[in-house]
Amino acid sequence: MDVLTLSRLQFAITSMFHFIFVPLTLGLSILVAAMETRYVISGNEMYMRMAKFWGKLFLINFALGVVTGITLEFQFGMNWAEYSRYVGDIFGAPLAIEATVAFFLESVFIGVWAFGWNKVGKKMHAASIWIVALATNLSGLWILLANGWMQHPVGYVLRNGRAEMVDFMALLTNPFGLLKFGHQIVSGYTVGAFFVMGVSAWHLLRGRNRPFFKASFGMAAVFALVSTLMVAVVGDFHAVDVAKTQPAKFAAMESIWDSCRNAPMHLIAFPDEKNQCNLVSALPVPGMLSLLAYHDLNAEVRGLNSFPKEDRPPVLPVFLSFRAMVGLGTLFIILAAVSLFFHRNNLLEKYPWFLRLMVFCIPLPYIANQLGWVVSEVGRQPWIVYGLMRTSDAVSKSIDLSQVIGSLLGFTLLYGLLGFVDIYLLAKFARKGPEETSTGATGAFGK
Amino acid sequence: MDLHIVWFVLWGVLWGVYFMLDGFVLGGGMLHRVLGTSDTDRRVLINSYGPVWDGNEVWLVTAGGATFAAFPTTYALMFSYLYTPLLLLLFALIVRGVSFEFRGKEDGPLWKGCWDWAIVVSSFIPALLFGVAFGNIFAGLPMDEAGYHGSLIYLLNPYGIVSGLLFVLLFLEHGALYAAVKSTGSLSRRAEELAKFLWVPLLVVAVGFLAYSNFATKLYDNYLAAPVFAVVPLIAVAALLAVRLFLAKGETLAAFAASCATILGVVFTGVVGLFPNLIPSSLDAAYSLTIYNSSSSDYTLRIMTVVAFVFVPIVIAYKIWVYRLFRGRVSAETLAGDHEAY
Repeated sequence: MDVLTLSRLQFAITSMFHFIFVPLTLGLSILVAAMETRYVISGNEMYMRMAKFWGKLFLINFALGVVTGITLEFQFGMNWAEYSRYVGDIFGAPLAIEATVAFFLESVFIGVWAFGWNKVGKKMHAASIWIVALATNLSGLWILLANGWMQHPVGYVLRNGRAEMVDFMALLTNPFGLLKFGHQIVSGYTVGAFFVMGVSAWHLLRGRNRPFFKASFGMAAVFALVSTLMVAVVGDFHAVDVAKTQPAKFAAMESIWDSCRNAPMHLIAFPDEKNQCNLVSALPVPGMLSLLAYHDLNAEVRGLNSFPKEDRPPVLPVFLSFRAMVGLGTLFIILAAVSLFFHRNNLLEKYPWFLRLMVFCIPLPYIANQLGWVVSEVGRQPWIVYGLMRTSDAVSKSIDLSQVIGSLLGFTLLYGLLGFVDIYLLAKFARKGPEETSTGATGAFGK
Repeated sequence: MDLHIVWFVLWGVLWGVYFMLDGFVLGGGMLHRVLGTSDTDRRVLINSYGPVWDGNEVWLVTAGGATFAAFPTTYALMFSYLYTPLLLLLFALIVRGVSFEFRGKEDGPLWKGCWDWAIVVSSFIPALLFGVAFGNIFAGLPMDEAGYHGSLIYLLNPYGIVSGLLFVLLFLEHGALYAAVKSTGSLSRRAEELAKFLWVPLLVVAVGFLAYSNFATKLYDNYLAAPVFAVVPLIAVAALLAVRLFLAKGETLAAFAASCATILGVVFTGVVGLFPNLIPSSLDAAYSLTIYNSSSSDYTLRIMTVVAFVFVPIVIAYKIWVYRLFRGRVSAETLAGDHEAY
């Protein structure tokens, strides 16, 4: 193990850990805002209790999302100094703008929301959670424009021994970044929706607070169906863009070794990286891949063998993650549709097996989100900036092995501990239900 | 106008405001068990900065982001050279953030005791490390064409330790004053007494730091070249004296404001002295990182200037609004009526 490998491992661990909290923040903020808005409009106190109950889970999750995010910003300089120096002129801008225009808003107004129940009017209070939700999305936009630039660098020239920005608008309108943002945002909404449906299902199974959790389930089910459909639609556009801009990643996603026109999609396939072919490939759908990738049956799909070996990403993890992600995404659409149908027709409690299924489905959108990032980031290798800078050239020169071993161990231990505490607290407060958490001084916040 | 200088000033402002705002949270955290003698007092302390600490910490993220965008070479080298101290800083900030959120979520004394100590330790470490890091930046880092020749132990040189001590005492004083302003009854009185007590060692270390800087750093060269800038350290000293005068009159809010001015004054004393360096090299001035040789292109600086000049005033405006919204003292009574308090 060298500094490069360990730094990569560390970035993977810290960003994936951060990414346990981000999607739920994205989705749950919108749902809580919608609940509180219903309260303001209808005056029905149940919706206020809904906003408070789900909002408490939101806050526990939010705290870890914030503190683990700082790690990522620091690491660009700590472990990837050569990268930061080479592309900082263009890559630093979206990060700084994110902090200035989004992170401030989010962090200030979460304080107003959490502590302002008796300090601001109803409308202002509801507005503050909408501001948090908006800022969280805006945060995502800037971060994904930054990531989009690493995936598909635009608007720069190589000058003075580094990449310098020449066209800020190109960065802002980079289709890669925008599509990724769109795909990620709705994936986060899916996590939030399935989280609320799953916890509601758990309570409905026990027959507690039935109107409360039925209403929560219903709102989340609508949100889930819209989000999951959007995930698929935007995801398709995103894949088309990947095929165009990152053909090696696309070939790895589908495990295509030889270039061909009218490329079929094999429903069953398994890559054999050593022999540069597929171990198994069966059940071809003729022309399907060309159609999906270029919306044209006769388009040529480039295979991995048309790239020099040193420019190919690791195939197996990208291929498997992509298949699993797409499979899960499809499952989510079905589950969301059934959920909404059952809810609308008041059938939920007639089918306890379905409620149980929904409880067990809580982790699945999280997994799908992580798999998406594996496809995206492992698929980008060996490049840190696609086609421009290799990951191996990006690592800091002035750090030594013992420092990275120490930091990696530290992160693993600390994050492991925090993850454990966080899951424990989320489960504890999710189980409590709304009554116990909103009865004044005996409530959890009141201690 | 020279955008490099604009960004150098902005760089100083971001760090200064960060220390001014997070300083009282770090100070309060260090005093968490000294001032917070009962569970209620500890809750009062946490809730006095509960609505604002998160927004305060963003100044650090913005200071880091601005360094990245405006001075990427400095960002890259500073962060990789100071790898281990930054790592400890990160761990501390992570633990501190979750401690506030997690402490009240369980009832057991063991649970609360653990998070209480976590708050103390995770507030002390950043205060000390920021001081050590800035002291070493003022003095210059041992770097030349071959890169960096220091280590964690190297950073703990006498001047670095004095700077660390200065930051710790500044924040302790700041935190005690904030607690005096924001709490009631005996907690407020004890905080006020503690602020009076802490002021003496703070003054001693501050004077020692100013004198030591003459030998350990080249900060004073700029003041000798342009004596008019001496007004900055004079403001810092005057503000520090004002803290004690206001305390003597029992005007804690004015004393806290003076403490804010002290922190800004100390940071800008260093910033003015550094110019045009961001990190001087202690080995050979040719390898110093300056605002000219480590900056972004003019194009990027222009874009970032527009963003900063549009959005920073907006940020300041809504932050002032929030501080006004949560003005007033926190007490056991206000907590009892507030279900959402920590």
